[in-house]
Amino acid sequence: MKAALSRRVRSAAAFLLTALCVVIALVPLLSLAWLVVSRGWAGFSWALLTEVPGPPGGAPGGVGNALAGTGVVVFWAALLGLPLGIGAGVFLAESDHDDRLASAVRFTADVLAGVPSIVAGIVAYGLIVAPMKRFSALAGAVALAVLMLPALARTTEELVRRVPGALREGGLALGIPQWKTSLRIVLPAAAAGIATAVLLSIARIAGETGPLLFTSLNNAHWSLAPDQPIGTLTVQLYNDAISPYPAMQQRAWATALLLLVVVGLLNMAARVVAGRRAEGAHG
Amino acid sequence: MDETVRMAVRGLSAFHRGTAVLHNVTLDVRDRSVLAVIGPSGCGKSTFLRCLNRMHELAPGASVTGEILLDGRDIHGPGVDPVALRRRVGMVFQRPNPFPTMSIFENVAAGLRLNRMAGDLDAVVERALRAAALWDEVKDRLRGSPGSLSGGQQQRLCIARALAVEPEVLLMDEPASALDPIASARVEDLVHELKARYTVVIVTHNMQQAARVSDSTAFFYLGRLVEHSPTAELFTNPREERTEEYVTGRFG
Ligand SMILES: Nc1ncnc2c1ncn2[C@@H]1O[C@H](COP(=O)(O)OP(=O)(O)OP(=O)(O)O)[C@@H](O)[C@H]1O
Ligand SMILES: [Mg+2]
Repeated sequence: MKAALSRRVRSAAAFLLTALCVVIALVPLLSLAWLVVSRGWAGFSWALLTEVPGPPGGAPGGVGNALAGTGVVVFWAALLGLPLGIGAGVFLAESDHDDRLASAVRFTADVLAGVPSIVAGIVAYGLIVAPMKRFSALAGAVALAVLMLPALARTTEELVRRVPGALREGGLALGIPQWKTSLRIVLPAAAAGIATAVLLSIARIAGETGPLLFTSLNNAHWSLAPDQPIGTLTVQLYNDAISPYPAMQQRAWATALLLLVVVGLLNMAARVVAGRRAEGAHG
Repeated sequence: MDETVRMAVRGLSAFHRGTAVLHNVTLDVRDRSVLAVIGPSGCGKSTFLRCLNRMHELAPGASVTGEILLDGRDIHGPGVDPVALRRRVGMVFQRPNPFPTMSIFENVAAGLRLNRMAGDLDAVVERALRAAALWDEVKDRLRGSPGSLSGGQQQRLCIARALAVEPEVLLMDEPASALDPIASARVEDLVHELKARYTVVIVTHNMQQAARVSDSTAFFYLGRLVEHSPTAELFTNPREERTEEYVTGRFG
């Protein structure tokens, strides 16, 4: 009796403790969301999405060019990073565990995953900006592609490995070459999971600032050109936030809200895709 | 050499990381016949089958010694591409493994499509599905997913998929063991019909099934071929004592 009672007390205490932890963890998150929404909402307008930033001290204008710029940089980053990341993941999954090249790639990916994002910016600066003698959207994209590679490769590897070996054998037994079996039979079976990973990796890079500061730089005008400096939401936000002008600081809050919405939508899309997949697995 | 021998296995040994799991197996598979492979679990039946289409060597650390001749040519010979060999020696697995992202039609067409083999796909798919006795059940939902088929239908789909590339030899590793008795009987009937055009090697745990479908039966024990005889003989009048113990169920 006594033992049972003390067990129940301890269990209740443990529950309370974990509940408290949840609340403590939620406080900064919720206060952040509240701060961004309450401050940003005032600056939220159609003009924010369609206009270019006004001059310092003048009318606020908008960050339409930066929204498009983030789209452009992320597009090029995805174009570079997705095939490389997914391809590397498939390679890792298909190679033997003791394959030397695969071990080297895996090690590189794991090291790369821990590299601070600003370092990716330096790499892109050295590779693209310095030789081209110009900041450009493409340089920013290279930096972001480097950032998305490791997680994408390792997640793809994991997902491809989880595809039942029977499927791979089914392909090989038909006399389909191994690489084609991997790409046409095994990879599609992992496609839903990989789509989720892709969306999450895009959400992650869309919010990066550091590596863009000295690669894509910034641009107060409309530009979609990959070889020109380009405005992005994050760098625009950074510049506005440190400016002394209240109108620009307001614009920074509104941009923060916009960024939160964009990244939130991407994460939600990833969840929807992942949910579909879970449903499909039962069907 | 005997004209009617399709595959000749000569002194075949198979290894997993240096450990022999098949020892010095020698037997002939006659053209347009069904060879049943029986034996207790772990005796090397699957390994034997997977040697015949060189799937065995895909496992890490796996190797073989000895010869396997297909129409008189060593399948390990220098000019033989294992990928091409597998188009001639098809395989059906214990558990149905249709490609889940492809439709029923695409599953059957997969071998031709992904190998860029020529042919009228519609005709080939219909022929293969008819040969696998599945056509009538799926002809109205060829674009549907194989996931909607029953286990027995999925297994016949996999048989159709293997037949579509027109192999000469068909290897079947306990193709009916995951199926209920009715579906299992259909697969058996099918094996009977396939014999007219294909050479079939079938692994089974079911003595009655082996007795019903096969022309000759090979009994394996602990990685060795104990006896290979015409099926009627092996079941009624085995040469070896171990065989008799096994087929009569008096096995320890
Ligand atoms: N990948 C592997 N690595 C190491 N040993 C293996 C491997 N696959 C099979 N073996 C061993 O090889 C031997 C033969 O296995 P095999 O699968 O051929 O048996 P089987 O006769 O098909 O058995 P079952 O009737 O249970 O399917 C077994 O002792 C098994 O443990
Ligand atoms: Mg087996």
